[in-house]
Amino acid sequence: MGNREVVQVRELFTDARLVATRDLRIEARSRVLLNQVAPFALLVLVLFGFALDADQRTLRTFAPGLFWVAVLLAALLAVQRSTSLEHADDAHTGLRLSGMAPSSVFLGKAVAVFVQLIVLETLLTMGIVVLYGSEVDDPVLLVLTAAAAAVAVATTGTLYGALASGLGARETLLPILLLPVLAPVLIGATRSFDDALGAAAVDGWAWLGLLVVFGLVATVLGALAYGAMIED
Amino acid sequence: MAHRYRGGVSVVELRGAVALLGRFPALAGVNLSVDAGETVLIQGPNGAGKTTLLRLCAGLLRPAGGEVVVLGHDLTAERRAVRRRVALLGHSTGLYGDLTVAENISFWARAAGLSAPDAESRAAAAARLMGLDQRLLSRTVNALSAGQRRRTSIAALAVRRPELWLLDEPHAGLDQAGRDAVDSLISEAVAAGATVLVSSHELERVRSLSPRVVTVAAGMVVADSSRSGPATDGDGEPGGGPGA
Repeated sequence: MGNREVVQVRELFTDARLVATRDLRIEARSRVLLNQVAPFALLVLVLFGFALDADQRTLRTFAPGLFWVAVLLAALLAVQRSTSLEHADDAHTGLRLSGMAPSSVFLGKAVAVFVQLIVLETLLTMGIVVLYGSEVDDPVLLVLTAAAAAVAVATTGTLYGALASGLGARETLLPILLLPVLAPVLIGATRSFDDALGAAAVDGWAWLGLLVVFGLVATVLGALAYGAMIED
Repeated sequence: MAHRYRGGVSVVELRGAVALLGRFPALAGVNLSVDAGETVLIQGPNGAGKTTLLRLCAGLLRPAGGEVVVLGHDLTAERRAVRRRVALLGHSTGLYGDLTVAENISFWARAAGLSAPDAESRAAAAARLMGLDQRLLSRTVNALSAGQRRRTSIAALAVRRPELWLLDEPHAGLDQAGRDAVDSLISEAVAAGATVLVSSHELERVRSLSPRVVTVAAGMVVADSSRSGPATDGDGEPGGGPGA
């Protein structure tokens, strides 16, 4: 790698950190995640409990799937919030004119969503332990699955958030575009959590591999395609 | 790639430039040449194409026809190359409502590639220029008036020290002190060698800063005072033929 490439890579990560820090600072100040998104996700868990008649054995069996459905629904809100930051007062035009590489903006925004998802997943894990009586059999698998799925959701969500905003009606279009694409993440993360929570006899590590591959592909594709998504 | 700018001839060179908004030709064959260090007032009625002209020069729109060369780069192929060297003040402020004024200005300075110390010193200078005192700097943008947001937006552009300023109604929503600050900003930018294109309906104010007036109507330049004497008074009526 020559000097020029080294400088470009350094700029890429410096700018990504700038964007991520900004988004997280906005989140820390507005508290949308803690005051709106997290309560919504916990409410979804409670409603699932009501729907399944609060039968703890059934809830423990279905806890992995219910957990990840709650995560995906809450992730939609987090991604919409992340996208709307740039469009509320046309800041995305400033970003285009700033000279920052679109891949830096993508990575920065994805990292900010990733951090929020980790917070959300931590709260929801406590939620299924308290509400559903779930027990953690394999904490390492649980943590790695949560991290890998968060990468996959954050990167795919950031890319599709930009795509939906470019197409106009972003609030209504995003779930229709994003949820089908995230179906493999839902399946893989649920199977892996089945293993980690001892809810079913499956090989969670194999499903974790799928999540890692999905996350890597989504990160690379997102970094490459984001520039085209934010152009008029 | 044209490099006439490096030879000191022109910063903006449009020949038969066409720009589409959807399928609508917002610019329908604009001819315009602006030299380095010039201040040019772009005037014309609503919907004439002034904003589109500025966005095209900023590299935000892809030319649909003709030739557009800005700062030595052909924008058909090299739009991103000019963006970091251009500042565009549009109708929106481009600010983040939950960040303070200081954080917004600092973010845009860092986004332009400045180091942290440079960003801080330039942000302080730009804030002073736009009359943003310490009390305002620590306030979130959501807590500001429209005029204060406008000042913050202009300060966030000023930190970049662009070579080409594209100002769309820069005095809109500002009080007298704010308007004077914008005039000072334009004067200082030109004194530092920058080029300024100003779209405005405040003709008398901007004319005091700009000896050259270009009139746009129906997506075309219909008068240019540098070629045919004083232009018409903002009603967009042609003062000459297309491209005159």
